[in-house]
Amino acid sequence: MIGRYLSLHVENLREAVARMLRQPFGSMMTIAVIALALALPAGLRVTVNNAQALSGSWEGAIDFTVYLDRDVDEERAAELALEVEARDDVGQAVLITRSEALEEFRSYSGFGDALDALAENPLPHALVVRPAASSLADVEALASDLDALEETDLVQIDTAWVERLRSILELVRRIVDIATILLALAVVMVIGNTIRLEINNRRTEIEVVKLVGGSDGFIRRPFLYLGLCYGLAGGMLAAITIALSLALISAPARSLAQLYGSTYSLVGLSLGQTLALLIGGAFLGWGGAGVAAARHLRAIEPS
Amino acid sequence: MIRFENVYKRYPNGREALTSVSFRLEKGEMAFLTGPSGAGKSTLLKLIALIERPSRGTVLVGNQNTSRIRRRRIPQFRRRIGIVFQDHKLLNDRSVFDNVALPLTIGALRRRELERRVRAALDQVGLLRHEKQYPLSLSTGEQQRVGIARAVASRPELVIADEPTGNLDPDLSLETMRLFERFNEVGVTLLIASHDLELIDKLDHRRLRLEGGKIVADFDGISAERR
Repeated sequence: MIGRYLSLHVENLREAVARMLRQPFGSMMTIAVIALALALPAGLRVTVNNAQALSGSWEGAIDFTVYLDRDVDEERAAELALEVEARDDVGQAVLITRSEALEEFRSYSGFGDALDALAENPLPHALVVRPAASSLADVEALASDLDALEETDLVQIDTAWVERLRSILELVRRIVDIATILLALAVVMVIGNTIRLEINNRRTEIEVVKLVGGSDGFIRRPFLYLGLCYGLAGGMLAAITIALSLALISAPARSLAQLYGSTYSLVGLSLGQTLALLIGGAFLGWGGAGVAAARHLRAIEPS
Repeated sequence: MIRFENVYKRYPNGREALTSVSFRLEKGEMAFLTGPSGAGKSTLLKLIALIERPSRGTVLVGNQNTSRIRRRRIPQFRRRIGIVFQDHKLLNDRSVFDNVALPLTIGALRRRELERRVRAALDQVGLLRHEKQYPLSLSTGEQQRVGIARAVASRPELVIADEPTGNLDPDLSLETMRLFERFNEVGVTLLIASHDLELIDKLDHRRLRLEGGKIVADFDGISAERR
């Protein structure tokens, strides 16, 4: 009895696939629209995840510069660099002497001749500090410690942009959430509409089945399976689209990362996320078909 | 098997299709429902199959008051009735076998039992050889017989038929009626609507005559004796 019941479901599934294959072009269009509606939020989510992972990896690596007072001599500056580097919360402290700074400035700024006109080097010694700490708060604490040193003239740290980036990403994430809900609704409607047309096309069949005693559930089931198959196929196509898109941009993204001295490479959909996409698609398909079936099957009565 | 008690049917457009119809059809009986087009024959059959509901009065089928059958229960109720239509109502995208199997796929029947019953039904109407064909490749008479096979495949106690010979020539019509007689011989109750008096006169069965929504005559076979 249970075996027979199961085999009815398998039969429904088989027939749904056969029905989709019978009209390959139309089915493909529907699946493509569903895939688009699913790939868009999923793709955006992947993008935001990558941006967030990237900003996370920058956070711990905010170099900042400590400009020393102009009357600090090079010997003291070198000592200071060692002292700072000895701190637990400092990864590295590199001294850039004023003459090095001047050389650098000369070669990069294009003001070489103007600098020659100066009687003496106007630049101070500076320490470039790379914090060992990972949280933004720790980095800020370190910066204020260094600022308090007697020899420090100015600490230049720019954590504000990281915070801004993070809140922008948070905002984008919210927008993606809303887009996800809207596009999920769109999937429900697309599938609902497809199923509505299918119900209309099979009006005679539905009437006959009702006449020979098919229950509402019996009549509804093939349509639910059809919706499920559309949703599942759409989810698969969406996952493939995202994987292909990532493959296309991963090489340029890597070379961009290298320009910034990072080894970051793009993160795609995890196995769990891919499964969620497939199950979500199937679920939305089932739901859309359910809505259409509830609305339209009842209206068809033999006469 | 069927009992109508003072049944009225008025359609929403105001047309009164049946007026105070009362009759009984006993278990194992075979009867014709005659009368001109528009007399209410189809409406009467629709009330039995719960395709329509009476405006007034009581329709009992198999001792069950149909007004107590709620919408959800209709499918179960219909499974006990075989219905034959003038236009067959076959599904043209399914094979003869699948058409006949349709009422059986609804229940949880084992595949082997289902095949056995479908073949038995097809054998009874003489179409066993055609099970793999599609309805449109068959003649009208054959299509009607597929429709009959479908109606009897689930072995209903009651079969109702609406103008089953409407599209058939006289020979095929008689053959079809003989087929119904064979089902009657094994105990199936039959109510057959037909306006083909010439055909009915050749058969010795009870006939109910409807005119303008009323039963105007109830004859017991050729003997024409009023009940």
